[in-house]
Amino acid sequence: MLDALPDWLATALSHDEWRAVALSLRVSFWATLASLPLGILVAYVLARCEFWGKQALNGLVHLPLILPPVATGYLLLITFGRKGPVGAALDEHLGIVLAFRWTGAALAAGVMAFPLMVRAIRLAIEAVDPKLEQAASTLGASRPWVFATVTLPLILPGVIAGAILAFAKAMGEFGATITFVSNIPGQTQTLPSAIYSFLQVPGGDAKAMQLVLIAIAIALTALFLSEWLGRSVARRIAGS
Amino acid sequence: MSLSVSIRHSFGAFSIDVGFEAPTGVTALFGRSGSGKTTVINAVAGLLRPQSGHVTLDGRVLFNSDTNAFTPVHRRRLGYVFQEGRLFPHLSVRQNLAYGRWFAPREAGSAGDHVIEMLGIGALLDRRPGALSGGEKQRVAIGRALLARPKLLLMDEPLAALDEERKAEILPYLERLRDETDIPILYVSHSMVEVARLATTLVLIEAGHVVRAGPAAEVLSDPESVPTLGVRTAGASLHAIVAAQEEDGLTRLETSAGRLLIPRVEAEIGARLAIRIPAQDVILSRTRPEGLSALNILPAKVTAVRLGEGPGAIVQLKAGDDLILARITRRSALALELAPGADCFAILKTVSVAQTNVGGAG
Repeated sequence: MLDALPDWLATALSHDEWRAVALSLRVSFWATLASLPLGILVAYVLARCEFWGKQALNGLVHLPLILPPVATGYLLLITFGRKGPVGAALDEHLGIVLAFRWTGAALAAGVMAFPLMVRAIRLAIEAVDPKLEQAASTLGASRPWVFATVTLPLILPGVIAGAILAFAKAMGEFGATITFVSNIPGQTQTLPSAIYSFLQVPGGDAKAMQLVLIAIAIALTALFLSEWLGRSVARRIAGS
Repeated sequence: MSLSVSIRHSFGAFSIDVGFEAPTGVTALFGRSGSGKTTVINAVAGLLRPQSGHVTLDGRVLFNSDTNAFTPVHRRRLGYVFQEGRLFPHLSVRQNLAYGRWFAPREAGSAGDHVIEMLGIGALLDRRPGALSGGEKQRVAIGRALLARPKLLLMDEPLAALDEERKAEILPYLERLRDETDIPILYVSHSMVEVARLATTLVLIEAGHVVRAGPAAEVLSDPESVPTLGVRTAGASLHAIVAAQEEDGLTRLETSAGRLLIPRVEAEIGARLAIRIPAQDVILSRTRPEGLSALNILPAKVTAVRLGEGPGAIVQLKAGDDLILARITRRSALALELAPGADCFAILKTVSVAQTNVGGAG
């Protein structure tokens, strides 16, 4: 990947800096993709189902949004760390280690972005008229089919918005990531961690600024992409 | 084909206790807004689980509180046409129509083309619901329900959201549906015009209870149903055959009681029609009046008189083979000595027969 870059770009940034950008993109991509199905499910349950403990689930989903990120990172560390109850089991039975790996960074980013994703999708589901879903069920569609053929197509703009919001949040995640997986160049050093590192050394300001500009470019691209995708999907749904 | 319904359900202080049988044809649930009609139809559909009772369709138990049986809505195979159409906005008309067929068991033959032709929606197939008029949306919604090959068609005020013109556009399609298919239809409405034109069986509901049920012609011509039907809208129907299209813009009909002239209707000579005669449009006379502008004077015999609590009275008359109602004052009823068996003449202004009161009669 690095070889394919134009010379001026490759020389503008050092190897480590490019690795930080590439790692951030990879972490955010997988964090978003892996949490999307769960995000849609949780949003649907919160929007359409009434059950005991709904407020507790809602609170749990929102916890990363209101807790200090360092606290979330610490909770992840004691749960998913090598000695944590979940982390130890994953290591023992599946050979999966999250702590101090890029996968752990993806988990931290996914958890931190989850409330934003769920909120966007939940709003979209609540905007779908349940009467349309009723009509589909009278026509013979079971609940999963109603979801797949009526609800999901209608909430697609909201799902896209939620996913891109989550991606942008994951790109910027710092506190929980650095607490859970540290700041190892090439392994867990994401874009924000790299900016932070440059700011800690004398004369690193210029490098930090370069990374900040890249972060701005990625964020704006994501924003325009989401606007464009959302509009074109909405147009297709409205059928005009 | 028959539907048997008996349900009890309460929402706070309002309770519903409704039971009726719906044979083949159109069974209309008629009542004011808030009388519980929609609750009943939703219980039949399975969108609502009543607290107790049963719903049986052709011997198939859809709901029975004693045995705890409840068939979920998507397995009931009922077509449901809602007041607001509820077409899927992200699908084309063609895809909307195909939606239910997708889930219906594959049976020999396809009624698709026939339904599309019957409803006149062939030209709309590639459009989106957003680009349809209200009347077109409702016709597509009816087609979508029919193409799911339902065992029973449910219609909840399907015309209530449309203006008079659109209603007049759809009513003939519903009559064709009644006359050309053998699917029983449960039709909820608070419009006397629709009920009179479509219903073969009528169930009158008031405050969550059935006050009268039976063959539509019988219930509509019964003076005792008038308070529920509403004194301004009550009225029975005359059966007629189109005899001629006159040159002055009138249509001449033959009824069993005699000639009837009404404003021109587009119908072929020999077509069978049912003309709803609102009770308050009828004038009664004991002698054959002369020098009168009203063109329709039908000889009739009084069969029942119901004196109201206010100034009004309802007179039931036998005109030929049909029973019709006349709403007059108590004072006139007494002055004319109208009692069962009395001969009289029913006078009807030609122009008072509104186009929407003229329906096909199978």
